[in-house]
Amino acid sequence: MNKPYTTIIGLEVHVQLATRSKLFCSCSTRFGSPPNTQTCPVCIGMPGTLPVMNRKAFELSLKTAVALNCEIPRFTKWDRKQYYYPDLPKGYQISQFDLPLSQNGYLPISDSKNQFEPKRIGIIRAHLEEDAGKSMHDEAAGVADSRIDLNRCGTPLLEIVSEPDMRSPAEAKAYLTELKLLLNYLEVSDCNMQEGSLRVDANINLHIDTPEGKIATPIVEVKNMNSFRAVERALEYEAKRQYEVWQETGRKLGDVPKSTHGWDEQAQVTREQRSKEESSDYRYFPDPDLVPVATTDEQIERARASLGELPAALRTRLEQTYNITPYDSDVLVNQGRDMVEYYIEVADACGDGKPASNWIQQDVLRTLGERQIGIAQYGVSAKALGELIGLVKAGKLTTSRGREVLAEMLASGKSAEEAMKGMGIEHLDESALEDLCRELLNANPRIVAEVKEGKQKAIGALIGQAKKKNPNVNPARVREICLELIEKEN
Amino acid sequence: MSLIDQTAVELLSNLTSGNLTSVELTGAFLDEIERRDGAVKAFLHVDADAAMAQADEIDRNRTAGKPAGRLAGMPVAVKDLLCTVDVPTTCASRMLENFCPPYDATVVARLKAADAVLIGRTNMDEFAMGGSCENSAFHPTHNPWDMDRIPGGSSGGAAACVAARMAPLSIGSDTGGSIRSPAAMCGVTGMKPTYGRVSRYGLVAFASSLDQLGPIAQTAEDTALLLEVIAGHDLMDSTSVDRPVPKYTETIGRLLEGLRIGIVPEHFGDALDDEVDAAVRESIRVYESLGATVKNISLPHGKYAVAAYYIIAPCEASGNLARYDGVHYGRRTDEHDSLIGMYSRSRSEGFGPEVKRRIMLGTYALSSGYYDAYYLKALKVRRLIRQDFDRAFDQVDLIVGPVAPTPAFKIGEKADDPLSMYLFDLYTVGTNLAGICGISIPCGISGAGLPIGLHLQAPTFEEERLLRAAAMFQRATDWHTRKPSPV
Repeated sequence: MNKPYTTIIGLEVHVQLATRSKLFCSCSTRFGSPPNTQTCPVCIGMPGTLPVMNRKAFELSLKTAVALNCEIPRFTKWDRKQYYYPDLPKGYQISQFDLPLSQNGYLPISDSKNQFEPKRIGIIRAHLEEDAGKSMHDEAAGVADSRIDLNRCGTPLLEIVSEPDMRSPAEAKAYLTELKLLLNYLEVSDCNMQEGSLRVDANINLHIDTPEGKIATPIVEVKNMNSFRAVERALEYEAKRQYEVWQETGRKLGDVPKSTHGWDEQAQVTREQRSKEESSDYRYFPDPDLVPVATTDEQIERARASLGELPAALRTRLEQTYNITPYDSDVLVNQGRDMVEYYIEVADACGDGKPASNWIQQDVLRTLGERQIGIAQYGVSAKALGELIGLVKAGKLTTSRGREVLAEMLASGKSAEEAMKGMGIEHLDESALEDLCRELLNANPRIVAEVKEGKQKAIGALIGQAKKKNPNVNPARVREICLELIEKEN
Repeated sequence: MSLIDQTAVELLSNLTSGNLTSVELTGAFLDEIERRDGAVKAFLHVDADAAMAQADEIDRNRTAGKPAGRLAGMPVAVKDLLCTVDVPTTCASRMLENFCPPYDATVVARLKAADAVLIGRTNMDEFAMGGSCENSAFHPTHNPWDMDRIPGGSSGGAAACVAARMAPLSIGSDTGGSIRSPAAMCGVTGMKPTYGRVSRYGLVAFASSLDQLGPIAQTAEDTALLLEVIAGHDLMDSTSVDRPVPKYTETIGRLLEGLRIGIVPEHFGDALDDEVDAAVRESIRVYESLGATVKNISLPHGKYAVAAYYIIAPCEASGNLARYDGVHYGRRTDEHDSLIGMYSRSRSEGFGPEVKRRIMLGTYALSSGYYDAYYLKALKVRRLIRQDFDRAFDQVDLIVGPVAPTPAFKIGEKADDPLSMYLFDLYTVGTNLAGICGISIPCGISGAGLPIGLHLQAPTFEEERLLRAAAMFQRATDWHTRKPSPV
């Protein structure tokens, strides 16, 4: 990380709130319906119609703002952001300008791989606004044809604007991951980037150390990033590009207007979209069709009470209660609340957090990944997995045998004991095992001699034979017993 | 007395008693429209067949013993800015020439639910911007008292149709005087209710924080009847107020004992026509003779009202009218080669000069760098004006004065002087800025035979007080019974 510059990143995230109806009318917000089938006179801005605020959207916003440690002003209002675009039927978007519903919060981020120090990313504000419609440009057969779908028009969006507190693309990605996780835990959004329910714009520039002091490069807004990976790559690319441009031109912040670049996923480059030569004047003013909203202490307390245990607190609790590493708690918590609950049940059932975490990470997650399912659809209950882990821990099964049993449990839905019975796995008691070992030693005097000469490795051949005679033997135990018996002979 | 000269209250009682059918009544008003509206031009759209069909259905329901609505069978004219399903709603603009809404405004829905017969759509200044009805894109409306003169505006058609007895009741809208001013010019009674008293849902917006729908009628009683039907909370309008609607028609006959009237000396200055001055002073004496006391009050910021109004209203209008860009709403130009070109040509072709002027004023005043100096300052002035009224109403029950500085002026007289047109609103815009209620009632006839209006203003939600005061006056005078001579 010996770059001659510091990267400065701030993110604007638009999150579609998981309300059933739109922000100012009762139309459905469902994704993927045929164009213009989820509209009414209000959301298409028909002359004479008036907006009425969706209380649920406000509650979800409040909940998110509280979880982001924001201040909640007791008074907030709606403003019109005015601009002309065909997918904006009223000619203005109802948003919040100078008195947003929340401000001055933060989101702590950390990296379990220690790529950066844990830090807080400041949240400048989180405000509520309505989404615009969608323009679809069909340029097939050389005929440029634009069509407008207003299904999305009026869908509630929470815009979360961070401080420029991120110092690397990795931090930006960590912030987004943590934010998305938080929103998932709060159940305020499904955060599906493909369906546009989470959209990210980034502002980035560099602070370059030069002999004449620190120089800032012009700020660039990067858009059109369709995954967190894309955000990371686009920012990596953009930082490098800005450094090269600075080396070539020496242009500093203020020398050129702020520009907007779009990320080209195919070419893996950012391309300039437009220069904000004359920064657009949105002529914001308070929307006279809506009454200001007074947020009460009671509402805020209700929002706080509805948060549940959030990711950061959960990680700490798992580390402390179940004695697992920050890396492990991170993996588990990042899987979502359902997985954490599953883990806790497994750990409690087998009485040990560490193997519970290992089994889930190595075996359960692999199956979930292969089958593209969530933990709720996983066929082995937490109690059953806990039981299995308990048997392995007690030495009644080897780990690899345990895996076979788990596969059988998954296929048949049986408990661990039932699955083992079905597979013919029985626990051998100590005397039976001792008899088996004695028999092997008697049959292999050469190996016994080798061991006596100090070649303990030779025992390995006996373990193989033991397994053949009875697949239920515990290899480690076979080794121990054989060595003990040879010792006794001496 | 001929059928159409009766008050709505009288007609309603005849309809209810079965002495009169809605078909007869609606037919009589349609005949009068046929006879007179060629000259007055109060209406933009009359669907006689639809009105008669509606009247017939209401009659048949009544005969069948089905429950009848509050206005069952009564014709009501509607200003052409209230959305009505499948009825052209043009706002007297080329922009909305072909607009037929798929939904009913709340007030229209309430009229329908009350079994009123929607007799026609009345002319107005384009998008309610103007005080003379000359800004209609289709044609001006003439004052039934003098065909060379304006009927006032913007609800010029709404007032003229009542004055010419082409409708017994009519709905107007008032953003800065647009009900009260034409009511005064046309010699009828017109009320701007308190902001939030009547739902604005479906009223094509001019200035959202000032617009309010209200009744226009021959008498205070008729006004009370119509207000009772249209007023009330509406979940579709966040700015409508959830407060019970008093039974105005039941209390209207009661005298207001110990009424304290306030007059604003500045309202009787140089701007005021002598005849109007005399008529208003005489009206105040009428109130005194009825037991009222009169007191001078001060509205110190009143002199800034017109200036503040002509910032705030255009600012809101510039936003409200942005949707008429030829994409989803409004006329789309035939010739265009780019999106921006299409926007600008469509808007150039669709809007008339006064609407353009106000959009430009509002756009300018909201632009970065000017917002604080204009819009924000106007909002501060508005707050001061509201405080002035609050203080005044600590001392008096009603503020009484002129509605307009002169009786109706000649068509074309102020066409080239928008500023003098704006100044014509000086007595009425304060009511809207303060959000209170006001009523205009006939109080005299000028030497030239033109009606003069008296302006009564009361605190928020004191419509009942206004109506009782108006009715008191109308029991003591007969100005409201004067009618323009038939053509």
